[in-house]
Amino acid sequence: MTQWDVLVAGGGNAALCAAIAARRAGCSVLVLEKAPKFYRGGNTRHTRNMRCAHDAATGTLTGPYTGDEFMEDLLRVTGGNTDEALSRMMIARSYDMLDWIQEQGVRFQPSLGGTLSLGRTNSFFLGGGRSMLNALYRTAEGLGVVVRYEHEITGVEIEGHRFRAATVRHQDGESRIEAQTFIAASGGFQADIDWLKEGWGERAENFLIRGTPYNKGSLTRALIDSGVQQIGDAAQCHAVAIDARAPKYDGGIITRLDCVVFGIVVNKNAERFYDEGEDIWPKRYAIWGRLVAAQPEQIAYIVFDAPNLEKFMPSLFPPVEADSIAGLAGKLSLDPAALADTVDAFNNAVVGGRPFDHTEPDGNRTQGLPIDKTNWAQRIETPPFYAYPVRPGITFTYLGVRVDAHARMVMADGAVSENMFAAGEIMAGNVLGQGYAAGIGMTIGAVFGRLAGEEAAAHVA
Amino acid sequence: MSHSTPALTEANRLMTVCNSCRYCEGLCAVFPAMELKRSFSDGDLNHLANLCHNCGACYHDCQFTPPHEFAVNVPGTLAQVRSESYAHYAWPAAARPLFARHGTALAIGLTLTVALFIAGFVAAGDPGALTSAHLAEGRFYALMPHNAMVALFGAAFLWMLVAVFMGARAFWRDAGAPQIGAIDHAHAAHDAARLRYLDGGGMGCFNDSDQPDDRRKLWHHFTFYGFLLCFAATSLATLYHYIFGWSAPYAWHSGPALLGIAGGIGLTVGPLGLLRAKQTRMNELGTQGFRGMEVGFILILLITGTSGLALRLLGETPLLGPLLALHLGAVLTFFLTMPYGKFVHGLYRYLALARHARDMRRHSLQTD
Repeated sequence: MTQWDVLVAGGGNAALCAAIAARRAGCSVLVLEKAPKFYRGGNTRHTRNMRCAHDAATGTLTGPYTGDEFMEDLLRVTGGNTDEALSRMMIARSYDMLDWIQEQGVRFQPSLGGTLSLGRTNSFFLGGGRSMLNALYRTAEGLGVVVRYEHEITGVEIEGHRFRAATVRHQDGESRIEAQTFIAASGGFQADIDWLKEGWGERAENFLIRGTPYNKGSLTRALIDSGVQQIGDAAQCHAVAIDARAPKYDGGIITRLDCVVFGIVVNKNAERFYDEGEDIWPKRYAIWGRLVAAQPEQIAYIVFDAPNLEKFMPSLFPPVEADSIAGLAGKLSLDPAALADTVDAFNNAVVGGRPFDHTEPDGNRTQGLPIDKTNWAQRIETPPFYAYPVRPGITFTYLGVRVDAHARMVMADGAVSENMFAAGEIMAGNVLGQGYAAGIGMTIGAVFGRLAGEEAAAHVA
Repeated sequence: MSHSTPALTEANRLMTVCNSCRYCEGLCAVFPAMELKRSFSDGDLNHLANLCHNCGACYHDCQFTPPHEFAVNVPGTLAQVRSESYAHYAWPAAARPLFARHGTALAIGLTLTVALFIAGFVAAGDPGALTSAHLAEGRFYALMPHNAMVALFGAAFLWMLVAVFMGARAFWRDAGAPQIGAIDHAHAAHDAARLRYLDGGGMGCFNDSDQPDDRRKLWHHFTFYGFLLCFAATSLATLYHYIFGWSAPYAWHSGPALLGIAGGIGLTVGPLGLLRAKQTRMNELGTQGFRGMEVGFILILLITGTSGLALRLLGETPLLGPLLALHLGAVLTFFLTMPYGKFVHGLYRYLALARHARDMRRHSLQTD
């Protein structure tokens, strides 16, 4: 039986960065991807950018974004709920990632049209995440990494704290694959609704999964059951509010809605439930998934009027449209009187008066409502009126395996495994205890992937 | 907005999907052009379709291509829209069905014209000239007098110009007849001459697989510049004839001959490469019902180029007569079918590039 130097579970950004780094260091590398070729790479297919620290503007980034500022952003979005030493290490290594990932064939471009406020901090992939992924696969396979699709790891043999072999399910049955080192980069478990229920209860039935249907976390489960230390809880994840009409899985970026700041958001009872103008949208989009998840039946409606229709990026489904608020309520199956009351109360409370500017807090607010809108408050008064129904859209989960600063897995008893590593969503909970900042998932994947590959290679040598 | 064909309806659906994603906007001109709009008329979609060079990059970069339920296939759909747009704008309207039967039309046209030239050579002059013209002074003019050639090909060429112009005018009007400045023409000429957008956003094009190893850009350059060189050869020969009174045949080292030889090589090598690429192309990137037009256009260019080259090489053998019939038949068939086949793609693409240059220029003025 062949023994591989490095066995990589998963086929996304983290897995490929690990495979390439290990292969470049001279190892034999086998990548096992559960999905068929088209769906390879998990959520990487749906990504569009990566957040890396840099001290100066580049051809595609508009200005410097230092490691300190990156760390401040991370501390703010997570509310301090992060392994700070590990995060500092990741951010320090993200500087070099901008060059390294381009050396692997990935190409960058300036921030996409319509995506405001990310041009300085985030590097966008030319052609998007699948293009990025294709480049990594071309590089990996060109170097001699072996990739097998529709191969799912169903079990791991761990002796002491050492990985010995994995049980793999594929078209022809099951096999046992031995390797000197093992890198788990197989994503989160967000596509397993039952597991989500452990954190969210029955509410999870109403969640939409924005990305791959293949991330069910079977390897995460197997590792934890085999004695690897769990990090995070099942309720923590990157969740945004997406169009309720999106497919259950894999709707991707085009079901997102960037219009909360232009109107109000009401729940099933036609009541507002949160300040829609708390901060600029790129800093707040990641909280609305959880906010909607807390509402009855996990549904909400973004309501706005005609002048705002083309102020945000278009999305896949057209908005629900009516000539009156009552008519809109009818189409949304909301109580017309209740929605009219909410809109009237909101309109009457608008102070406003300053020039409307959605790119920074503009001070146009309401006064005297139980929940005020503190910026961008404008009366909803010009028909036709529009609404988008939204539900929580789960991007990826944070519960996973604990790692140390070498990307090595930490066991439940606190010991460090010498030959088991983790990268990407499966260990994102080490960095993200809660909250999210755009592009950070790819940073976690690339930095820890590369690190895991290098460390695995060092172990083999 | 309702659309007049299934392909246009599908293109409109895709532009809604793509406009909500925009991941591909760095790949080519199509996506930035799309971002300028939220709804699309048939004319807009035909404009976008003619901007698309079918490099295939967005097909492989898209996270929503089949088997995904969103079934996004931009290059395949735009190829269909583009081919249908050639027919839609053609003049006169009665000739539009020719696009779908272009291959058959070419085959019949070529057979008929070659036969007629042979018959003409035999009937109009000395019947023995068909195989002995290479010995005569004036060589091919012993088969067909210069003035007869000028009259026939001049008339065919003029007809072609009128018909192509009428089609282009219809295309342009449907695109909103935008005001184009010299700078826009300069951009369009540059982008067309270098095939700027036939490069997958810098990585290279895709043809038979998900590897960007396609050489269509090279083959197209051979073909296009070969065509231009042949055109230049004929134009220069015309100048020689009418301005300087120098009659053909010209020596191999004369201007027209050198241009013709270089052009003939381009029009042989280029179409061969393009034919091979077309044969191996992924079905997903191709069209339904236009294969005859696409292959036919390449074949008629190939026959024109190779027969011209053969005339130069074998013009002093008894093959002169048959080769001349083949070459003249190919050229005449080409001229007559130019308004009703793939030839118009060059003009429509140029116009789309010019409109795009103008649209982007105006857009940047607005947003600055």
